[in-house]
Amino acid sequence: MSIDMSQFHQVFFEECFEGLEAMESGLLTLDMGDIDSEIINTIFRGAHSIKGGSGTFGFTVVADYTHIMETLLDEMRDGRRKVTQPAVDVLLGSVDCLREMLTAIQNEQDVNNSSVAKHKAALEAVLNGSSVAEAPVLPIEHEAVNEKTIIDNIPHVDEEESFELDEQGWKIAFCPYLDLLKTGNDPVRLFRELNELGELTTIVNVQDVPGFYELDPEECNISWDLKVVGNDISGDDIKEIFNWVEGDCEMDIQPLAKTSKPSPTVNNVIPEPVAIAVSNSPAPKPVEVKSKPNAEAKKAESQDSDNETAKNMAKASSIRVDTDKIDTLINMVGEVVITQSMLGLVGENFSMDKVGQLKRGLAQLERHTRDLQQSVMNIRMLPISFVFSRFPRLVHDISSKLDKKIVLKLVGENTEVDKAVVELINDPLVHLIRNSLDHGIEMPADRVAAGKSETGTIELKAYHRGGHIVIEIIDDGRGLDKDKLLSKAIEKGLIEENNLLTEKQIFELIFMPGFSTAEQITDISGRGVGMDVVRRNIQSLGGNIEIVSELGKGTTIAIHLPLTLAILDGQSVAVGDETYIVPLVSIIESINITERMLNKVAGKGETFRLRNEYLPVIRMRKIFNVHSGNPTKSKEGVLVVVEGQGELCCLLVDELLGQQQVVIKSLEANYRRVEGVSGATILGDGSVALILDVPGLVRFSTR
Amino acid sequence: MTTDVQSNNSRVEQFLTFQLADEAYGVEILKVQEIRGWEAVRIIPNTPAFVKGVLNLRGSVVPIIDLRERFSLEHCEYSPKTVVIVLCVEHGPNQFVMGIVADAVSDVLDINLADIKKSPNFGSKIDTRYMRGMHVYKKKMIMLLDVDKLLNPDEVEGIESLV
Repeated sequence: MSIDMSQFHQVFFEECFEGLEAMESGLLTLDMGDIDSEIINTIFRGAHSIKGGSGTFGFTVVADYTHIMETLLDEMRDGRRKVTQPAVDVLLGSVDCLREMLTAIQNEQDVNNSSVAKHKAALEAVLNGSSVAEAPVLPIEHEAVNEKTIIDNIPHVDEEESFELDEQGWKIAFCPYLDLLKTGNDPVRLFRELNELGELTTIVNVQDVPGFYELDPEECNISWDLKVVGNDISGDDIKEIFNWVEGDCEMDIQPLAKTSKPSPTVNNVIPEPVAIAVSNSPAPKPVEVKSKPNAEAKKAESQDSDNETAKNMAKASSIRVDTDKIDTLINMVGEVVITQSMLGLVGENFSMDKVGQLKRGLAQLERHTRDLQQSVMNIRMLPISFVFSRFPRLVHDISSKLDKKIVLKLVGENTEVDKAVVELINDPLVHLIRNSLDHGIEMPADRVAAGKSETGTIELKAYHRGGHIVIEIIDDGRGLDKDKLLSKAIEKGLIEENNLLTEKQIFELIFMPGFSTAEQITDISGRGVGMDVVRRNIQSLGGNIEIVSELGKGTTIAIHLPLTLAILDGQSVAVGDETYIVPLVSIIESINITERMLNKVAGKGETFRLRNEYLPVIRMRKIFNVHSGNPTKSKEGVLVVVEGQGELCCLLVDELLGQQQVVIKSLEANYRRVEGVSGATILGDGSVALILDVPGLVRFSTR
Repeated sequence: MTTDVQSNNSRVEQFLTFQLADEAYGVEILKVQEIRGWEAVRIIPNTPAFVKGVLNLRGSVVPIIDLRERFSLEHCEYSPKTVVIVLCVEHGPNQFVMGIVADAVSDVLDINLADIKKSPNFGSKIDTRYMRGMHVYKKKMIMLLDVDKLLNPDEVEGIESLV
């Protein structure tokens, strides 16, 4: 009879987080005073489905909280309440709070009650501040908050004790006979009346419910443990409610006293107690306090909305895929199967006159396989809006904190990029945007003085170029001051005083660890850590980052990233009998050379002179200990000029074999990391080839 | 599998035995994923000599370890009889697939756990950490290996530093 609800939790949480995002973006687009009912409806729907879902799954804390939000939104929707900035801010805070709660529940941690209570109180303050506040829910909710705060304020009081301390009311064991429903009585109606007396908590015992085949829907197999909490409830009131069903049930009414057994004990006896709120009644929601008092005295400080952005990057292990993509995939697979059976037929009675047919079939198979690979890769592709969508909120929060007027423009949100890239690009982008907000855009007064419009603009732009996705962060702020950067770098000893640097190199200084030009360290940015981390993160994704800036006009930061981390364009090279893959992105050029063209440098190995530049040479044979193959070949070979971490260097290989796309396989899955090698792939003939890690190789060789 | 009803002393496990330079070794059969003929592998640079290289095993890249070299036995040329035993190694929460090169696979034996003798202490010179014990079968000694300890990737690296 019992359904394992936890199997649906993942879906529920995903839906909730999606709903929260929808609510958030809705709230941010709300025009003050002017009510666009469609937007409010969207927000309301989000809140409502979270409430419904969490009620179903027994996350009553969330359900209760959302209920208050819903009340407020409902009034806004009906026009009974003006949409004001403070109200919207409180609602935004509530979205954060809900997210926090859901994350905590998802990670099976305790919900931070004090922060929930704080947000709840803020919400109620908004609700009560209205002249039209008439919601019957309010008193109950208030009580709940009070109670919770009481519990919060008593340190080291364990759950059960706290119940007895501040609860007055009645405990009712209500066990109807099988034919209760046939007499026309509806327990729900009874509970509704009880709820009007005080706060009602119900625990449903379903252990008597028979299996599906024996189930008679007209029989009542369920019993309840009820608890009514409230002052001034007399036993007669309760008896009156149960008057009508007296002959149809077994009942035990007891006052909640210090001696009464706390209901958690009941939980232990009954195999499947399901604690639910009476959610099928339209009456005001009873507040389920029971699941909350995990208020351990661990006074976890309410998290600032500041670090929430970093946390909420939930590790979604599943992905939602457009049905169109799946359909294409299924089509593709069908085609492959057809081609395969066609080929099978050709092969069955093969004779030479069927060669043409065979070739055609193979060509078809090749095309289908490529398409199939493409569509499978497509499934992993997500629109970049998954990342972009959280930035309006970030900009909204920070700009109001900094008293700046800033508009965020999003361009190319539907550009698709691999899921892994989406997940890893978030943190660097947050950092860059914070920087733009804090250092890039000037205060409104300064902007006006500089002859610019008062409102600053940050543009977040994504587009495809080549096999890459480019993400640009463009601001029209004050730009980077080259002289200031230089003097700061010299002051910090990062560069020599009389170094001549190109413009590009000067801008790159901001990526150096410990570099910050901010006169004042704010809580948003300026500590000088971060930009180097940003660059390292982006490089670890196989991308790079560029800065273009004009003093007084603004800054553009462009991030180039590979579209996917699963496939790589590679150049295969031969070293002896071994084949290695050099990532195409890191290759600058290849040169045919003879031994004599290399210059020996004492103690420093070999160099090669390329257009007046001396580049270090790495002999692949030597560094990888390859002894096979024809040694005479090393008299002449191919130099592959590669760039790794901004440094140029040459790899001496025997031969260039060909370019191909390779699927990256991890060596670590079954072995461990190998220096100079970033992974492995499988070649057309089924053998393994190692993929070179160019920056690693450069590091390795210089040791 | 073994029946737990029986007392601990009479539990029987199956072992796959193989030849390595006239010596008989055995591994738990439940660790064995497959047995295949020797084929050329791709060398991994800068690894200990007993790591022969990696092999493409239906799309996953699997390292191959030569047990002769691992146990400092004399090297012998790979022949058509040479086999690779692909094993599933558990290390902490992770599972690794690795192959070991053996001269030939001999038999699958049911060995009563009570019949496994503790490996003798050879003194400090010979490391018996990777041995599960010894078993005498038809007057021949079979060394039973503890695959998880023998092939754990950390060990593979650690040995390198010892050499």
